[in-house]
Amino acid sequence: MDKFRRKSHTRAVAAVSAVSALGLIVSCGGSDSGGTGGGTKDGKVTITMGLFGVMGFKETGLLDTYMKEHPNVVIKADVAGDEQTYYTALQTHLAAGSGLKDVQGIEIGRAKELSDTQQDKFVDLAGVSGTDHFLPWKQSQVTTADKKVIGLGTDIGPMAVCYRKDLFEQAGLPTDREEVAKLWEGDWSKYVDAGKRFKQNSKADKVAFMDTSSGLFNAMIYGNSQQFYDKEGELIYATNPVVKDAWKLASEAATSGLTAKLRQFQPGWDPGLANGTFATAVCPAWMLAHISEKAGPANKGKWDVAKAPKGANWGGSFLGVMEKSPVKKEAQELVAWLTAPEQQAYLFKEIGNFPSSQTALALPEVVDAKSEYFSGAPIGKIFGAAAQEIPDEQVLGRKDGTIKDIFSQGLTLIEAQNKSPEQAWKTTDKRIGKAVG
Amino acid sequence: MAISTSTPSAGPPGAAPPPGTGAGTGGDRQRRSTLLHRLDVRGAPYAFVAPFFVVFAAFSFYPLIYTSWISLHRVELSTLNLMEWVGFDNYTALWDDDRFWNALLNTITIGVLSTVPQLLMALGLAHLLNYRLRGSTFFRVAALTPYATSVGAAALVFTMLFERDFGMINWMLSLFGVDNIDWENNKWAAQTAISSIVIWRWTGYNALLYLAAMQAIPRDRYEAAAIDGASRWQQFLMVTVPGIRSTIVFTIVLSTIGATQLFGEPLIFGQGPNGITGGADNQYQTLGLLLYEEGWKNYQMGRAATVAWAMFLLLIVVFVVQRVVQRVAARKA
Repeated sequence: MDKFRRKSHTRAVAAVSAVSALGLIVSCGGSDSGGTGGGTKDGKVTITMGLFGVMGFKETGLLDTYMKEHPNVVIKADVAGDEQTYYTALQTHLAAGSGLKDVQGIEIGRAKELSDTQQDKFVDLAGVSGTDHFLPWKQSQVTTADKKVIGLGTDIGPMAVCYRKDLFEQAGLPTDREEVAKLWEGDWSKYVDAGKRFKQNSKADKVAFMDTSSGLFNAMIYGNSQQFYDKEGELIYATNPVVKDAWKLASEAATSGLTAKLRQFQPGWDPGLANGTFATAVCPAWMLAHISEKAGPANKGKWDVAKAPKGANWGGSFLGVMEKSPVKKEAQELVAWLTAPEQQAYLFKEIGNFPSSQTALALPEVVDAKSEYFSGAPIGKIFGAAAQEIPDEQVLGRKDGTIKDIFSQGLTLIEAQNKSPEQAWKTTDKRIGKAVG
Repeated sequence: MAISTSTPSAGPPGAAPPPGTGAGTGGDRQRRSTLLHRLDVRGAPYAFVAPFFVVFAAFSFYPLIYTSWISLHRVELSTLNLMEWVGFDNYTALWDDDRFWNALLNTITIGVLSTVPQLLMALGLAHLLNYRLRGSTFFRVAALTPYATSVGAAALVFTMLFERDFGMINWMLSLFGVDNIDWENNKWAAQTAISSIVIWRWTGYNALLYLAAMQAIPRDRYEAAAIDGASRWQQFLMVTVPGIRSTIVFTIVLSTIGATQLFGEPLIFGQGPNGITGGADNQYQTLGLLLYEEGWKNYQMGRAATVAWAMFLLLIVVFVVQRVVQRVAARKA
């Protein structure tokens, strides 16, 4: 009996392990029906969101406000810190048809790729009522060839130059923001000239004029309607005079020792902001929040904002609704509300994300906004004026984000690895060929 | 056994049932149970190992085959359903790609820079831990803690330590009059920094493996050596090292595999786009990072799969070479 029991015991164990092994396979294979996490249960609507960076909806409590106004709605927002990571996951989810949220954020550098290759998976937002208030070029960036709109605009990134008054003063440059803007009015090369003056007269030899040459490069190319691609979707970066000029000036800045050889948003840049290892940074509106946070209260009032030589747009995002979502209608309402003029103005006031809504741009909260941290600079007026200068047509390309990264790295080759600009261009050209080919 | 049970039923009909009749049905039962018993003995081991092989087939073998299939195509991550057959184009392109050779070379140099000091230090550490120490358990646990830390956390801390302008290591070096080293942008500095993360994480782990092997060496060998007048150092060389030779080989194999697959440390060390490409000049891009760049930055799954297969073949080559060396060494001995 004893023996028998032992035998049957082993047999049972064997059976269980075999079954559980099978179960493992089955559970891996068949469970996914492709939901988005949202749905309606007991009269409560759950909407899931996939966001990245500091889009501000969660951070400023806008989502809570919405839930308070709509007691039957629960919003679950998942915020990824890094857009690169976020986008990779989004692509995997789109390819697999699972793991998507009801609402997905779209960064401007990815807008073209998504509207070209994935438009079927997004709800057409063209007909959503009360969404005719966006800047026309903003809306056109997410409109497909057959007039489908796959996202609604959140912020845009008009650019200015952030600078340290105290460092300008000790280098004998003007500190008043109007006069500083005159230093480089109309031409980015004057900005580099001002840098050379700064370097000559600066008493602190460890302080560089700008953080990195890639900031200057970005600012220059983003002020033009065609950048890396032309309207037909052909790569033109190698021949586009805009890119050539930007490369030339940025590499000039890099080789003349005007930069602190840092990479934006990477280690070293943040302590650089706090300790003042560089005097200027080309800053889109959304960067102000980052600077004031990382430079810290100790530097309050030392920073100021001056108009850039030429208007340009760097960054900005959209919110799209997934076709698969079981709560499409509610999700569209939420997206329309989050991108409405009042909310955009509120976000600008709270964290400095600049509105993409024309209506919001005219609201007094935006027009009269001043930044206390940046010496009371009238950021509403400065960035508003910059936004007006942004060309009405912005041609996006499928791999804009990747190409921008490769150019930044190419400039790092000159800046930190002492490669010649010609050599660095060759490497960059080859890398782009690999990355998009 | 089966024969003896069948005999009683052969008795003449009508005769009083012999005492063994009941055994007729009992024989059936027994036969069945014998079959079950044999199944149990023969089959159970297969049932026990089955889960592993089923999981292996699902999560290792199938992906392996699928990866090789993908590597013969041109396919992008966002449109996985659109595959274009290109044959071995991806492989020939990889062969002609200087990024591949650069990554291969980096993998080898970082591998040597991290494995050799790591194993030597582990050997020394294990030797020290093998002495009768007060609080030896504490030291043994302490040796294992870096291994328990996540790669991410460790790499992040080291990245901050190796930071150019405000990092602690440059600050310490400045006390000795060394100028700020741009750890990330200098090729050898970057590779050394990454190796230091690997060394920090794995030294204690290997030391404990050595320690376990050392404790299996009989004490009397040391006593005999001591009587013969061998010093501590000579004892280490003549008794300890030969005594744990097979463990040393094992750790070398493990470390080589680990080095070939090095990925997390350089990725986090570079941070952002620079981490993926292994620095602006690919100065510390390993094969793992090249795979990631092709797949998850350029979204070219076919090319990424090709790199994966190249890494796999490379490991096989390393394994074969190691076996040959071992065999030659054994023959010589």
